[in-house]
Amino acid sequence: MPSKDNNENFASLREQILAQNGKDYWRSVEEYVDAPEFADFVKREYPSHAEEWDSSLSRRNFLKVMGASLALAGLSGCVIQPAEKIIPYVRQDEQLLPGKPLFFATAMTVGGIANGLLAKSYDGRPIKIEGNPQHPGSLGSTDVLSQAALLQMYDPDRSQEVTFRGDPTTWQNFMTQIRATVEGNRADGGAGVRFLTETVTSPTLTAQFRQLAAELPNSRWIQYEPLNNDSATMGARMAFGAPVNTVYRYDLAERIVTLDNDIFSGFNVRYMKDFAKKRALTEANQEINRLYAVETTMSLTGAKADHRLAIKPSQLSEVAKAIAAAVGVSGAAATGLSGEATQWINSMARDLQAFRGRSIVSAGSSASPTVHALAHAINGALGNVGQTVLYTEPLSPFAEKTQVEQLRELIADIDAGRVKMLVILGGNPVYNTPVDLKLNADRLNKIQTRVHLGMYADETAEHCQWHISQKHFLETWSDARAFDGTISIVQPLIDPLYESKSIHEVVQVLFRENYDKKDYDIVREFWQGQNINTAAPRNPATATAAATAASQSSAAGAAPTTANSASAATTTGNNSTVQQNSGAAATVATPASTNSSAASSNAFEDTWRKIVHDGFVPNSAAATRNVSATTAFLSQPEVKPTGGELEISIKADPTVYDGRFANNGWLQELPKPLTKITWDNVALISPRTAEKYQLNRDRQYNEYTGGEEGTSFVNTKGGNLFSDLVKLNFQGTEIQKDVPIWIAPGQPDDVVTIFTGYGRTRAGRVGTGLGYNAFDVYRSDMPSYGTGKLSKLETQTTIASTQTHFNMEGRDILRVFDVDVFKANPQMGHQPDHYDESMYPRFNYNGNKWGMTVDLNNCVGCNACVIACQSENNIPVVGKEQIERSREMHWLRIDTYFSGDDINNPKGPHFQPMLCQHCEQAPCEPVCPVHATVHSAEGLNDMVYNRCVGTRYCSNNCPYKVRRFNFLLYQDWETPQYKLMRNPEVSVRSRGVMEKCTFCTQRIAAARIEAEKDKRDIRDGEILTACQAACPTDVFTFGDLNDPNSLVSKHKNNQRSYAVLNELNTQPRTTYLASLKNQNKEMPDYKALEVPKTHTPETKTEAGETTEAEH
Amino acid sequence: MAQFFHKSANNIARISMVAVVILAGVAGYVYTQVARSSYLTGRFIEKQQPVQFSHKHHSGDDGIDCRYCHSTVETTASAGMPPTQTCMNCHNQLWADSPYLEPVRASFRENKPIEWERVHDLPEYAYFNHSIHVNKGVGCASCHGDISNMPAVYQANTLQMEWCLSCHRDPAPNIRPAAEIYNTSWSPSEMTPEQKVEVDEKIKNLRSSEMLTSCSTCHR
Repeated sequence: MPSKDNNENFASLREQILAQNGKDYWRSVEEYVDAPEFADFVKREYPSHAEEWDSSLSRRNFLKVMGASLALAGLSGCVIQPAEKIIPYVRQDEQLLPGKPLFFATAMTVGGIANGLLAKSYDGRPIKIEGNPQHPGSLGSTDVLSQAALLQMYDPDRSQEVTFRGDPTTWQNFMTQIRATVEGNRADGGAGVRFLTETVTSPTLTAQFRQLAAELPNSRWIQYEPLNNDSATMGARMAFGAPVNTVYRYDLAERIVTLDNDIFSGFNVRYMKDFAKKRALTEANQEINRLYAVETTMSLTGAKADHRLAIKPSQLSEVAKAIAAAVGVSGAAATGLSGEATQWINSMARDLQAFRGRSIVSAGSSASPTVHALAHAINGALGNVGQTVLYTEPLSPFAEKTQVEQLRELIADIDAGRVKMLVILGGNPVYNTPVDLKLNADRLNKIQTRVHLGMYADETAEHCQWHISQKHFLETWSDARAFDGTISIVQPLIDPLYESKSIHEVVQVLFRENYDKKDYDIVREFWQGQNINTAAPRNPATATAAATAASQSSAAGAAPTTANSASAATTTGNNSTVQQNSGAAATVATPASTNSSAASSNAFEDTWRKIVHDGFVPNSAAATRNVSATTAFLSQPEVKPTGGELEISIKADPTVYDGRFANNGWLQELPKPLTKITWDNVALISPRTAEKYQLNRDRQYNEYTGGEEGTSFVNTKGGNLFSDLVKLNFQGTEIQKDVPIWIAPGQPDDVVTIFTGYGRTRAGRVGTGLGYNAFDVYRSDMPSYGTGKLSKLETQTTIASTQTHFNMEGRDILRVFDVDVFKANPQMGHQPDHYDESMYPRFNYNGNKWGMTVDLNNCVGCNACVIACQSENNIPVVGKEQIERSREMHWLRIDTYFSGDDINNPKGPHFQPMLCQHCEQAPCEPVCPVHATVHSAEGLNDMVYNRCVGTRYCSNNCPYKVRRFNFLLYQDWETPQYKLMRNPEVSVRSRGVMEKCTFCTQRIAAARIEAEKDKRDIRDGEILTACQAACPTDVFTFGDLNDPNSLVSKHKNNQRSYAVLNELNTQPRTTYLASLKNQNKEMPDYKALEVPKTHTPETKTEAGETTEAEH
Repeated sequence: MAQFFHKSANNIARISMVAVVILAGVAGYVYTQVARSSYLTGRFIEKQQPVQFSHKHHSGDDGIDCRYCHSTVETTASAGMPPTQTCMNCHNQLWADSPYLEPVRASFRENKPIEWERVHDLPEYAYFNHSIHVNKGVGCASCHGDISNMPAVYQANTLQMEWCLSCHRDPAPNIRPAAEIYNTSWSPSEMTPEQKVEVDEKIKNLRSSEMLTSCSTCHR
């Protein structure tokens, strides 16, 4: 430790740094095993290929070009700006002020569940997505997918018109012809007509289908998407006899158990927010929650968990039974679990029982129905139902039938030749239907008329005669339900860029009359008929479980007729709201018996304006349901896949989901959590299994840069990441493409995890041809896992993973404390201040002094901030080949650190968002020869793109490795759609320029100007950086350090606060708050976290205390 | 061995050394002058507009306030260009048949915007905000010159960074009383004692020149 009496010199500094070099944390398998390539890798500023010239230009040509550009270099300053025009409006809208962004409430649905958003509109163009602070599903935050949805809207590969057999035609033409076809089907009540949609929760669309069902009583409406809620539906059926929607209150839960349920990548922002609220150690919340994760592959939830149990998928139901038995569910008994697992479960169950009514046991969508049913029974036994676990009406109509059952009926009908017309409204069933119920070309060709509505001319469009370009949600009027049933309004931000139609408009065309309607009129008229002044419409399906059971028996896939219509349901009353967190006041309630027609159109106009403005209908959460779980299902034998040497589990891809985002460059390039792989999907295996199959093992001695042959199992070779290709056989079906293998610490042995969403053949120029297709083997009877075989091929492929890039060599970077140890000794994280030792003068900050804190305890690694930053700051996509050269451009990255000494069963991992630290004594600043990076008077480390000549000295000198260089021209300057999408408040960088996090200086400037105009100071919390605004778990805090009352100042004074690489005396403005673990000492895997020696305070007495506190 | 160079070569060498220094200086001076010339900055060049709109006539002679047309100058980054509607507010009555105004009427009729030639053009990487300058007491004339006396608008200043910085380093001389912001022919010599008090107060509340000259103040 440096102290005043210690003569500091470089040698001692170096020694000091080296002394801290214990391997407490590691980021990748390569780092863990100390692969020689890895050592070589980190020595370089950029990995070996980063600085190589692109081979497409020969050295000779390079010299030619350079010669010419040098000769012209002096002239570049003399270019007269091209003449520009000013084009004002002819008639200007009152609200449209040039250069002033407007925000509009809208909503995005994933799997039918809406998340409320605010879209930022700049001169009529949406340029950024934020969360809607009043919407119960968002509370102001967003997830990765909604951030990236913006790029999808501007995707130039979207289909742009109506086509018939691939040839462009007109909407008018389609209407005429399809209406003629429908007329022909009216005679038999539409017996040959089928509609196939994804999960629908939209009340308007449901009403439209109901009308269709009335006009064509024999037609059928099928809902199917691959990542569905089927096992939850079946589980609820087993436990309650009827489907329910489960709403969890993580904000009230002290103990949380997840059964293969990844609550942090399930795109439910609200759950993440609630979890973080209970996770934060504050004055008010001294007891932080404890998370137990039982899972079959390492997920974000497992990473955040205090205790994690990695098991095979087939064991999951046994674990659930064991938990059930331990908490006193009658009739539950587990078999075949190891002694350690049993001990783990029993210790956990004791903890759960101590928190009756304040715990949650939740099962994920890939858990089997039995596990879901058991989770309901366990929550019942723990008294959680009604407290932390609430049951409501199902959100989508016909929830009593699983989607696979609906699809099976459709396929049977097609095979029997009963289908004459199939209207596919959204989704890509040709790509993603299960292999045993594949809606393939053969089956489609049996149908006379096939219509496809979709955003892309994809695999399904290829086999349909009619393809209609679908509007993006930012171009559409619609509605949908949030996780708790709250009705959310989808409002368009822009006129459709192409000749696109919404699902409402296409359904309307099939009506007998009023067929040509805009989606605005359809949605508005529906709500006008709903009498939302009095009571928000309930879920139209039913009000009681009994009624559901009745309709279950009667409805054979057909839409129930008007008896159950929404307007009838509105009269059931308004006193059973589940939870209402928005501050929005409901409109004045009048007696429910007043009919909708009585309400004047003016009153409706006010209500309509309000719900469109707010983005949701207040008090419209689904009605709660009183159900209690029975355990009769335990007597039914569970069918489990058998045979095969490995268990293969299929998971949703964390970025491209089920493939619908395959053509989204932001999501493709987003490093997937934990593996940090981009542009590919891989198959995950454990290190032990890799050893067993001799996979990813270095064999070729010559390719070593040092070290012995065969010492390591690594994902890297010669500086490039590589992986062995294998053939995967799942239940007798083989994945067509070869599958790359990735060694994942924390993966259970003999389990292979594969991911959906890749192997697209018609995704677009970004997504086509990437990865393998997990839907090749996906089966309806074993949707989440099965057994299979793996055979190694003698070929390899390169993988673009950013996990080893910009490494920081295990210094005091990440801090994780046991919460008990920390509470006993809050001084343990104290860092000595070296400020005075700098030879550079100190800046004086008289005005604002911006700073940021990053609370690692809240961070769950969900990546929303990364995409938010990319969207806000016009960060380009560079492509797989450039990522392999470590040239990714993300200003903000999330480092993942595993810990512990067992690679097969690691602790953690822990996440650390890493962005420009805006150092007070920034090492980048003195080395820049052209003053392109300088300190601002508010303490920002400014980057001046126009001065930058690209020496990259700054990046070389940056200890945090947060500077990014435009090695090539990554920005697309040509595509008109991308021009519309960019944030006009941020310069678009060209080739040869360094760039990095600016603390969202454009947002600071905007707030500063507004404050100065109002003659006041900038309020604390007025400036939200893009990452901060997006973050569902409040990791980032930004504000004025000169204001002692600002939240960021308070965080800086928090005893968990520390600066990364403090010993370098860079005095970063961005500091971190140490993460906390809340381990249960009774658990068999309890292991006190080491208190690193750097955390030992300087004086001896304190040091003694620390050691005591440790034991 | 014979000498390669005659003795006079020494003089040539000396002179050429001096000449190089002088020439370099001259070249540098010429470069700076060329770069500041109106040829490159567009200063003083009047542009042909689709409608012969005279600021002198409308603002100077008729006394229409700047903000009647540039309505967002106090609230947003852009001062705002008037929509054709604004022209037609008056010109559906006044000079309603004038051939000069045919492009305006055509625009209104056909719902096609008038395409004006931009006179004051900052580079895209400079983020200028009208509202904060006006609110702080910088008048239109400080950047745009005496617009009210320009029949055709030209660029009165270089709009180069050194020109921006000359004010950001020392804004005091360009601060004027609120009442005179839109008076483009006002000069500080006309300042009344009360106005002087107001201006001094404004100057006191300005941000420091360090803050005003930080790169991120204008570049993002």
